[in-house]
Amino acid sequence: MSMGTELGNLLDWVEGIRRRVRELAKEWEDQEGNLIMILHAIQNEFGYIPRGVASELSKELGISMARIYEVITFYHYFRLTPPGRHTIQVCMGTACYLKGAMDLQNELERQLKATGGRDGEFHLESVRCIGCCGMAPAVVVDGETHGRLCPNDMAGILKEKRGK
Amino acid sequence: METKRLTTSDLDAIWAEAPAPAKMWIRVGMDTGGIAAGARQVYDALIDARDDLGLKIDIRKTGSLGLSYADPVVVVGGVDRPTVVFGAMDAESARDLIVRHCRDGYLLEDRVIATHERGRDLGGQPQVAMLVKDTSPRKNQDRTAFFQDLIREELGVHHQQAKVRVYRAKDMGLYQKGVCVQLLPSRVTYTNVSGPDIRRMIEETLQGGQVLTDLLETAGDPQQRIVLRNCGLIDPDELQSYLQAGGYRGLKRALTEMTPEQVIEEMKVSGLRGRGGAGFPTWLKWKLTRDPVADRKIVICNGDEGDPGAFMDRSVLEGDPHAVLEGLMISAYAIGAETGFFYIRAEYPLAVERIQRAIDQCRAAGLLGRNILGSDFSFDAQVRLGAGAFVCGEETALIASIEGRRGSPEPRPPYPSVKGLWGKPTSINNVETLAAVSVILDEGGEWYAGFGTEKSRGTKVFAVTGKVQNPQLVEVPMGIPIRTVIEDVCGGADHGARIKAVQTGGPSGGVIPLDKLDTPVTYESLQALGSIMGSGGMLVMDESDSMVDVAKFYLGFCVEESCGKCAPCRIGGFQMLKLLEKIHAGNGDPDDLGTIRDICHCMKTASLCGLGQTAPNPVLSTLQYFEEEYLDLVDKRRATSANQKREAITQWERV
Ligand SMILES: Cc1cc2nc3c(=O)[nH]c(=O)nc-3n(C[C@H](O)[C@H](O)[C@H](O)COP(=O)(O)O)c2cc1C
Ligand code: SF4
Ligand code: FES
Repeated sequence: MSMGTELGNLLDWVEGIRRRVRELAKEWEDQEGNLIMILHAIQNEFGYIPRGVASELSKELGISMARIYEVITFYHYFRLTPPGRHTIQVCMGTACYLKGAMDLQNELERQLKATGGRDGEFHLESVRCIGCCGMAPAVVVDGETHGRLCPNDMAGILKEKRGK
Repeated sequence: METKRLTTSDLDAIWAEAPAPAKMWIRVGMDTGGIAAGARQVYDALIDARDDLGLKIDIRKTGSLGLSYADPVVVVGGVDRPTVVFGAMDAESARDLIVRHCRDGYLLEDRVIATHERGRDLGGQPQVAMLVKDTSPRKNQDRTAFFQDLIREELGVHHQQAKVRVYRAKDMGLYQKGVCVQLLPSRVTYTNVSGPDIRRMIEETLQGGQVLTDLLETAGDPQQRIVLRNCGLIDPDELQSYLQAGGYRGLKRALTEMTPEQVIEEMKVSGLRGRGGAGFPTWLKWKLTRDPVADRKIVICNGDEGDPGAFMDRSVLEGDPHAVLEGLMISAYAIGAETGFFYIRAEYPLAVERIQRAIDQCRAAGLLGRNILGSDFSFDAQVRLGAGAFVCGEETALIASIEGRRGSPEPRPPYPSVKGLWGKPTSINNVETLAAVSVILDEGGEWYAGFGTEKSRGTKVFAVTGKVQNPQLVEVPMGIPIRTVIEDVCGGADHGARIKAVQTGGPSGGVIPLDKLDTPVTYESLQALGSIMGSGGMLVMDESDSMVDVAKFYLGFCVEESCGKCAPCRIGGFQMLKLLEKIHAGNGDPDDLGTIRDICHCMKTASLCGLGQTAPNPVLSTLQYFEEEYLDLVDKRRATSANQKREAITQWERV
């Protein structure tokens, strides 16, 4: 592939993003208090909020980058870095905490370190109550919930996903 | 059908004619909890099996009945058949359910749940099934299967085995009452059944038609489902389903028969107080928002549910979204607002989806929009998402968040009722509050005031979790003892352990020790104990849980969630957490406790918003009731003896 087409692809890609940001902003144009909803739409689409997209949005809405970043960094839900290929969410709600969620988290950290750390394949995070306290402690792997777990179950969960 | 604009006479017709019940129907609890436990697979398997066999069964999804411990839950009913609840289902048992239960009339072993509904007489009908369960706390000596065999043998002796079938129940809703037996279809329930009673049950009850009064369980169900009236029963994705359950009758009554002032008066009579935590009288909030003169007013439903480990509001939003929307519309009418918002956590995608669908359906049916039901009232509602900040549950922070800013609280006054969203008078109500509003307008304020106590009217929903036998959603009239909720409804501590304390109110609340569990649940009595009613989380802790650790957990949460605007909360919380961590690690000294108390006092009095003001509560209340645990940690000599004591208890538990 020559340099020319690669650059061309890149420019197309940037233009694509611009168009998309414009569309998203347009969708919310007449609605009051739209910034957070647009950020949600961006994160839904890209998995996180890339700097370039935030900058496009800043131009589109006429809001300074500082204000956009103030909002993004205040809310835990918004991510500034791309998520790993697999997301593991350990529930740290009260019910799960009481039933040993810390042990699950420690075991997962241990396992991930042992095999080279968070290499972009797994993204480990803790969340608050995922709504299945009846099955505490619970872990969500790529949107699928596993309940009534003990630390020994963690190796199996990672193994099932690794390399997929 | 749904794209047609509904008129009041359309509604009257829907409410008047009860739909012909399906000969057989199945409802699958598809809330977040149910789906996580596999309800989708169960639903698909039910449909497949039904179609394979070519049976006519109306299978639908619904919200949660509240029985979290038994997810996924399936309810089966129909004409001339008792409604039966099945729990802990999976795809395989779903197939069994269609074949063995729906087609052949058998129940499924270890899946049937006897709900709290119980009969007193046989209703003159032959009994066809018996559910058995040993409810003694020790799990390793379960006599359920043994009694099942005994009863079957005795039925054989009496040549009844073909007429009455005996099943092991998954749960009886009864605890520590020995072996329990429930007869179907009458739901007559016997407790503490012993070997010799079996013959009497067969000869006197099954053959003689007499109820054995010495064994009969007469205690009624302490629960009262008002807010949860439709959850787990109707299809939350169908406007029609809500209408057939009497939905939007409250709205119609308000719009066609009452002035806004009368609606507010009705709320005053009902005595409803806000269920989001503070317990502010709902009628007064509406009046204070109605009074100011403004070109525009706004109503907001607070669906931010911040307590990490509570799921009352989520269950209502997912199980009965129209009830909340109807409540919001009524509040808008009372206040004179034309715009409404649902502020819902982004972590609740299913709740967001169902509320959005409810809004779309109402727009199409003319229940939202201009001149609703031919009245002068125009109103529309929209959804706004939270983004993972606990402090955004606080009113002024919530408003900032909807306006697209970071969610920092503002000093009050001015209160939102005067100067709220975009500076306009705004009324913010909790999800559960609004779900109660819709039924209050339908049934009347006086009816609602008939539940609960003088100062705390009505019912309250609690999410009971932690070290409890059957974690679940419970709705009870205010004023009943906490113990009833924990022990009679949820079965007390898990594995026969001993309860140490119950935490209410989440990060803003406190612990209630075992010897105070007979306290009635009301706003005032919980506050007097150093806790709060809060939004409805109830966390059960047993002897193995460290109170210092629990305090550390909640404080850690508040420190992480502090917006950092004011110093007492930002600095005080952080310093106190450091001290707690030090103590918990065994490096504390006795002076630290004094420092902690000082910081608590400072945070309570000087913080700007409720988060900082209430963050010390978990620490203060554990210090109040379990100071010895802190002292054990700061004083090594005490610690050794405490450890020995704990070991002795564990040893004893093992024997
Ligand atoms: C830090 C903080 C968090 C709160 N979180 C919630 C919440 O998640 N849900 C809620 O309904 N109210 C919450 N509240 C209370 C609300 O500010 C407000 O009082 C309530 O929504 C009013 O509705 P109600 O009168 O119907 O209870 C919170 C308050 C504070 C100080
Ligand atoms: S008390 Fe805490 S959360 Fe509230 S305004 Fe102050 S710093 Fe922010
Ligand atoms: S606390 Fe983990 S699911 Fe609720």
